[in-house]
Amino acid sequence: MNTAHFMALLFSFISGLIFGLGLIVSAMINPQKVISFLDLFGKWDPSLAFVMLGAIFVGLPLFTLSKKKSRTWFNQPIFWPSLTKVDTKLIAGSALFGIGWGLAGFCPGPALVLVTQYKEALLFTVSLLMGMALFELYDHHLSRKK
Amino acid sequence: MVDLTEFTPFSSFVGGIIIGLAAVLLLLTNGRIAGISGIIGGLLQKKSNDQVWRIVFILGLVLSPFLYTIFQPLPPLSIQTPTPIIIIAGVLVGFGTRLGSGCTSGHGICGLSRLSGRSFIATFVFMLAGFITVYIKHFF
Repeated sequence: MNTAHFMALLFSFISGLIFGLGLIVSAMINPQKVISFLDLFGKWDPSLAFVMLGAIFVGLPLFTLSKKKSRTWFNQPIFWPSLTKVDTKLIAGSALFGIGWGLAGFCPGPALVLVTQYKEALLFTVSLLMGMALFELYDHHLSRKK
Repeated sequence: MVDLTEFTPFSSFVGGIIIGLAAVLLLLTNGRIAGISGIIGGLLQKKSNDQVWRIVFILGLVLSPFLYTIFQPLPPLSIQTPTPIIIIAGVLVGFGTRLGSGCTSGHGICGLSRLSGRSFIATFVFMLAGFITVYIKHFF
């Protein structure tokens, strides 16, 4: 492993740590708070809209500035998403995700942050991995049929 | 009706800024989009040979509460969802985020910051599905 590779991995770890701290500070890790945010037609708590606002407040200018870059600080390629087509997979997948999110108030990031703290988060994470494994089987099946 | 008793716009905004900065940091140092479902999902694909950055990022996420609790205790939270619902929700979120190529972080934060049309649609759809799901839950 060379220095650049090591530094990239170190920063991946630091990014994960900071990301997790942000999820804790913002209260995104609180499933009850998430459900209150999604309770638009009931007793709505709009707080979590401010999480997205805060993230985009810094993300929009900094991602825009970075768009011209094709290499990282450590001279590795930047993988910009290349898909642009809106298809059934995008819509159906997002709808299923939204249903699951509304049911338990967990999305993947907060579940991982709490995985050592609450058995519910551990159970959710294991189920999440099962759902993802199921998708791999489904995707494999589809690509074999082609 | 808006519930202002639990309203925390300031801390949520600050937390959002921290999340946004972490996403930009991952992009500039590893060239990757900080989409948590994509980072986990890549671990389940045999073909990918870039597993280590994923594992250490996830390790950072998992260890973040230990760093937080050095300074103050974790905010108390209550999880009232029954076990079977948690399992169903987990499977739906796992399958759905892979089929739809992203979750709250990849589409909702990074995608919207990149002004991606796909992510705008995805975010609209999962928020709408979340609103409807919580609305329907009131009847049970």
